[in-house]
Amino acid sequence: MSELKHTPLHALHLELGAKMVPFAGYDMPVQYPLGVMKEHQHTRDKAGLFDVSHMGQIRVDGPDYKTIALGLEGLIPVDILGLPENRQRYGLFTNNAGGIEDDLMLANRGDHVFLVVNAACKDADIARLKSSLNKGLTVTPLPDRALLALQGPSSEAVLSTLDPSAAQMSFMDVATLSLGGVEAWVSRSGYTGEDGYEISVPSDQAESLARRLLDHPDVEPIGLGARDSLRLEAGLCLYGHDITAETTPVEAALTWAIQKIRRTGGDHEGGFPGADIILSQIGGTASRKRIGLKPEGRAPMREGVEIYVSERSETPIGSITSGGFGPTVGHPVAMGYVTADHTAPGTTLYGDLRGKRLPLTVTKLPFTPANFKR
Amino acid sequence: MKYTEEHEWLRVDGDIVVVGITEHAATQLGDIVFVELPDTGTEVEKDGEAVVIESVKAASDILSPLAGEIVEVNEALSENPALANEDPTGQGWFFKIKAADLSPMDGYMDEAAYKAMID
Repeated sequence: MSELKHTPLHALHLELGAKMVPFAGYDMPVQYPLGVMKEHQHTRDKAGLFDVSHMGQIRVDGPDYKTIALGLEGLIPVDILGLPENRQRYGLFTNNAGGIEDDLMLANRGDHVFLVVNAACKDADIARLKSSLNKGLTVTPLPDRALLALQGPSSEAVLSTLDPSAAQMSFMDVATLSLGGVEAWVSRSGYTGEDGYEISVPSDQAESLARRLLDHPDVEPIGLGARDSLRLEAGLCLYGHDITAETTPVEAALTWAIQKIRRTGGDHEGGFPGADIILSQIGGTASRKRIGLKPEGRAPMREGVEIYVSERSETPIGSITSGGFGPTVGHPVAMGYVTADHTAPGTTLYGDLRGKRLPLTVTKLPFTPANFKR
Repeated sequence: MKYTEEHEWLRVDGDIVVVGITEHAATQLGDIVFVELPDTGTEVEKDGEAVVIESVKAASDILSPLAGEIVEVNEALSENPALANEDPTGQGWFFKIKAADLSPMDGYMDEAAYKAMID
């Protein structure tokens, strides 16, 4: 096994007493002494600081925004040309079978597009961008930048102590802020369902910024354990689990991410990998769909648990792709895929847990209401 | 008190043995959110699966350190699994087993040996 990589905050994690685990090739904090449950709840109540420097940061440059946007639209089925300057949007890389190769955030920075992609996919994403975009465009990975996420209802007050203009940003706005003298590329977004910011800074400035944020009494460091339970309650997909190269955006209930302009009849219809399959699914039906599931007992049902229509039926109709305990809702939560005729909220299904069929209720996502500053 | 390599503590009370998990195990598991206890009256084998516990991270099995009959389980844990984190060696006990043969107890560690193992 190759050596695990370190983020610029690695020493700080150890100093804070984090329990470290391997994740996507990095040695990452899964929890701090506070523990997953309290870290989760602290993020919902006040603010949590997450190190997400393992994620890939990439900029794409070109002669003008239009050229860059149209180039990227050939890989990503969202409206990039129509994205206003200093706004961010959720996107997906698709493949020829209509499957999802990665999900990402992309921002219009005027003269370039800034992308944030998943750690485990970043090398493939960079290769895809470099080989697929026409020669007028330049793809620059930014491995010398760290990424911090400040999430939770106190985030605005905390970040405003360093740069008051943080408070002027709305959900999915992006801006360059000066955070204690550090030039930071900031978006008002995150992966918890809470208000918050993602903050890109040069690696050598990351630790001093993290320490300044942690100095605020409302901020606690939060590990990957709580990051997972927060995003699960928020109904957000984890790449490689809830969405994969075998699931299409329509099956994944991510059709909302494909704006009308990219759909059949739109001005920028299709033109991305798998467009024929994805657009026909939007117009018709997908055979299966991602749904929220609430186990009715206390036992969490995790990835891989097979789902049945009854206590005795022999053939599973799907399986759980993410599951665990939801600290805010106080009960187990899960999401998974089932055949399209069993997706109505309120439907009772059964998960096979250690040989027992236990009831699950199809539940509208998210489990916890989103708390964004629109 | 005796200890197993699986981080269980065992307290002998006549021919009954009370079983729980150690402070060290509770810390390592993280917040416990679910405990599935056996039914009283269940016959278990030595090293047979007796309890399933789920923490925020994963599911783990608790094995029975002895063969025998489960004579009592800690129902309070089903309602409040966090007891296993808060008071693992007291109110967070798991089950009581009436052992047919207590001799395996001699093979388990005393406190000093257990402490040496986890250090």
